[in-house]
Amino acid sequence: MLSWPLLSLLIAIPMVGAGIIFMIRGDEDIVARNARWVALWTSGSVFLLSLFLWGEFDGTTADFQFVERYEWMTGLDIAYHVGVDGISVLFVILTTLLTPLCILASWNTIKDRVKEYMISFLILETMMIGMFSALDLVVFYVFFEAVLIPMFLIIGVWGGPRRVYAAYKLFLYTLLGSVLMLVAVIAMYHDAGTSDIPTLLTHTFPATMQPWLWLAFFASFAVKVPMWPVHTWLPDAHVEAPTAGSVILAGVLLKFGGYGFLRFSLPMFPLATVDFAPLIFALSIIAVVYTSLVALAQEDMKKLIAYSSVAHMGFVTVGTFTLTVQGIEGAIYQMLSHGVVSAALFLIVGVVYDRIHSREIAVYGGLVERMPVYALTFMLFMLASVGLPGTGGFVGEILVLLGIFQVNTWVAAFTALGVILGAAYMLYLYRRIIFGQLTKENLMQIADMSPREMAIFAPLAIITIWMGVYPSSFLDFMHVSVQNLIVQVEAAQAAANLLTVAVQ
Amino acid sequence: MPLSEMPNLVPALPELFLAVAIMVLLMLGVFLKSDTEDGAIRISRHVLNLSILSLVLAGLLVLTVSGERLSTFGNMFVTDQFAVFVKILILVGAALTLFISRQYLELHNMARFEYGILCVFACLGMLMMVSANDLISLYVGLEMQSLSLYVVAAFRRDEQRSTEAGLKYFVLGALASGMLLYGSSLIYGFSGTTNFTVLSEIFAHSGDHAPSLGVIIGIVFILAGLAFKVSAVPFHMWTPDVYEGAPTPVTAFFAVAPKIAGLALFLRVMTGPFGDLVDQWQQIIVFVSIASMVLGAFAAINQTNIKRLMAYSSIGHIGYALIGLAVGTESGVYGVMVYLGIYLFMNVGTFACILCMRRGDIMVEDISDLAGLSKSQPLLAMALTVFMFSMAGIPPLAGFFGKLYIFVAAIEAELYTLAIIGVLSSVVGAVYYLRIIRVVYFDDAGDQFDKPIPRSIAYVVTLCAALMLFFILYPAPLLNPAAAAAAALFGG
Repeated sequence: MLSWPLLSLLIAIPMVGAGIIFMIRGDEDIVARNARWVALWTSGSVFLLSLFLWGEFDGTTADFQFVERYEWMTGLDIAYHVGVDGISVLFVILTTLLTPLCILASWNTIKDRVKEYMISFLILETMMIGMFSALDLVVFYVFFEAVLIPMFLIIGVWGGPRRVYAAYKLFLYTLLGSVLMLVAVIAMYHDAGTSDIPTLLTHTFPATMQPWLWLAFFASFAVKVPMWPVHTWLPDAHVEAPTAGSVILAGVLLKFGGYGFLRFSLPMFPLATVDFAPLIFALSIIAVVYTSLVALAQEDMKKLIAYSSVAHMGFVTVGTFTLTVQGIEGAIYQMLSHGVVSAALFLIVGVVYDRIHSREIAVYGGLVERMPVYALTFMLFMLASVGLPGTGGFVGEILVLLGIFQVNTWVAAFTALGVILGAAYMLYLYRRIIFGQLTKENLMQIADMSPREMAIFAPLAIITIWMGVYPSSFLDFMHVSVQNLIVQVEAAQAAANLLTVAVQ
Repeated sequence: MPLSEMPNLVPALPELFLAVAIMVLLMLGVFLKSDTEDGAIRISRHVLNLSILSLVLAGLLVLTVSGERLSTFGNMFVTDQFAVFVKILILVGAALTLFISRQYLELHNMARFEYGILCVFACLGMLMMVSANDLISLYVGLEMQSLSLYVVAAFRRDEQRSTEAGLKYFVLGALASGMLLYGSSLIYGFSGTTNFTVLSEIFAHSGDHAPSLGVIIGIVFILAGLAFKVSAVPFHMWTPDVYEGAPTPVTAFFAVAPKIAGLALFLRVMTGPFGDLVDQWQQIIVFVSIASMVLGAFAAINQTNIKRLMAYSSIGHIGYALIGLAVGTESGVYGVMVYLGIYLFMNVGTFACILCMRRGDIMVEDISDLAGLSKSQPLLAMALTVFMFSMAGIPPLAGFFGKLYIFVAAIEAELYTLAIIGVLSSVVGAVYYLRIIRVVYFDDAGDQFDKPIPRSIAYVVTLCAALMLFFILYPAPLLNPAAAAAAALFGG
């Protein structure tokens, strides 16, 4: 255990960096250059600092670690309380890993208002780390919602032609879901008398209240995940966002929903969770099959990957609600690997977009002849997205399928169909862009990846293969926490069953 | 008069000080009369500065007499923690809005010394309202405030919109005052007293008996009059016109000080003398609150004039604050106090930004005029964005916590419908706040506003934006006095 406030530092340092960038004055070019470097140094040092989490985390206990608690709101029992357990620790590291990569990826592409851009990204990083490490419901909500502000600006200011529409849609969809969660949060506070998450985890909410609370949280998380049918903001947001915005959106923000289900819905409303699991399964199957088919028909590279994200997140929700160790671990693993792989795929799109300024699939073809390194990188992440053994995507999918087979074979069959469709649309995308004849005029002079770009992809490629080859180095983090979670849910159900028997 | 019959003046010290200050300032303005235009402007500037100073001094006096509940003038005037908290808010709001208005007044041929004095006069009325413990002192305070405000609204004599706003405000305001007075007379007729303390004792001891019909009608009339003053739906019609027509600094003043005073009065009247009749009036407040929130959210969507938009936004905000009253408990009042404290700085900041919307010394008021502000004046754009997100109630900005405390109170009282309608209309409200941010950040640059921003406005914008941003780090300075204020209203 560390004697210094590691998590608070992780949360605060990006803010300080944003403050420093805010202070930079002078000539526009100098401001832009300084802003880039400050942002990179800040997020880079946050990443290095977050490696302490990796090193010092004790995977043999389900307790929250690196805990800090300070009194905050007087009058209400709301405190600044942070800490991580096996479920959240890796998400924090995922965030700190992706942020510097995003800043690197926007190094040359963002030329306009660089200062504001970098401030937005650093604020975003603060909010995301805070969200994953919050141990107080109100603190969680604050971070969860606050993410919208920088995201709205990133899409709206630096986005594509329909950026205003996309930014509005993202904001209002998520806000609508979240305010209902706010009502539930306050109701939980009222019922339990505290908003402290560890305390709430042991609190039993009345059986009549649980479905309502569950639905309110579902409204928020389903939009964030996103689940069919409230997924429509995602393709728009992805298409219009700048590359780095898409990376953060796919890499981290989509995990908010899945994480929320695991942190709140399952352990706090176990009865409602069991009751509503079929609903989740149905929506997830539709998401997996339907969005895979939609992805097949896409003409826009980013949109295709966006739909594939919806399908992959369908796996996550299925896995989460199997309430089996394999299913939940698979869901977390899928989220982590999707965080890395989809982030990489959006960066891949960004590489050619920076050169040709088009995301139309039809514009490309035969890139392998001019860009062999690019083709290789693309192949690695494409196959990881498909779920090829040896990559991170495989482990998550197989664990989820193992989990769901124990619960319902029909759901398993449909979910497995998604794997096949996933292979279809990804390979089809790869074929159209990389293979074929290099006939198009403007592609003749296209340059392969620069060292800066390779430096961005190298860590992602290493992690993807590492996750595929040696999964236990990640699973060891979460195993005890996941088992503890399942024990909690089963205990709550047993208690409820006992109660019904006693009533009868 | 023997000394023993002298009323105790200490509780009313701030009000007495303001009254004296007003008279001194009037003398000053009249006797320093200058023949040249420059001289007149200089005098008006001095008087304005002295007005701000007297508001600040009154605030210090308020703080010195703070503490336990004191009453005087035959129990018609009380002061307690609640009064202290609200008075400080009113004085701060008034002082800040006067502070940002100088340039505007001088540019628009409004630099006459009466302006500051009238605003201080209105503040005196508001302080009286907050401390009123009798229907008569309530009415006196309210009228003192309103009459000054009518004049200030029409202060730009040479502009049609301003005089129209003043006239409209006067006619409708007089009607509302009439209703209030009629309601008061009914209450007096059916209960035999106008004193709040006595009234609350009467109703507390009435037991299970329903109050007589006359009392209920009286309450409804009083409610209508007060709802008009805080511009709650369905008595809101004057607000958009007056906001739009009045000179911008006056609008800024209208948006904060009278609203805070009106709501405080609302709280004191409803939870004090009529506190035990909560079953009779709760339904009305719930309706008014819902109607205000929904109308404020939907009607603002199509506005193009930013002052009009702020009018609807303030109607919506009053709706949220009224949730706290509808709850009618201590935590409800606590929520309202926190909300008002945040609302004050949010609005002053926004209006300070609106005062910067000036091209070639001509004020522009269309939202589309803000286009490209983020390029020409990035700091101002950032501040305005902070205010807008805060108004929309997005964490981590202060506006969110205002709403949070209100909703906590609503859920504790199990008014789930009210809370859910409240949060949903806040989503609708977000649409138009986002529209301003969109124009500022996403739209292509239009013509630039005049630079540099007057220093007083820059200070106020910075102060308010910093408060919105950093409230989350250290909320206690607002929360603790608010809690004490709420406790005072129910403990006394």
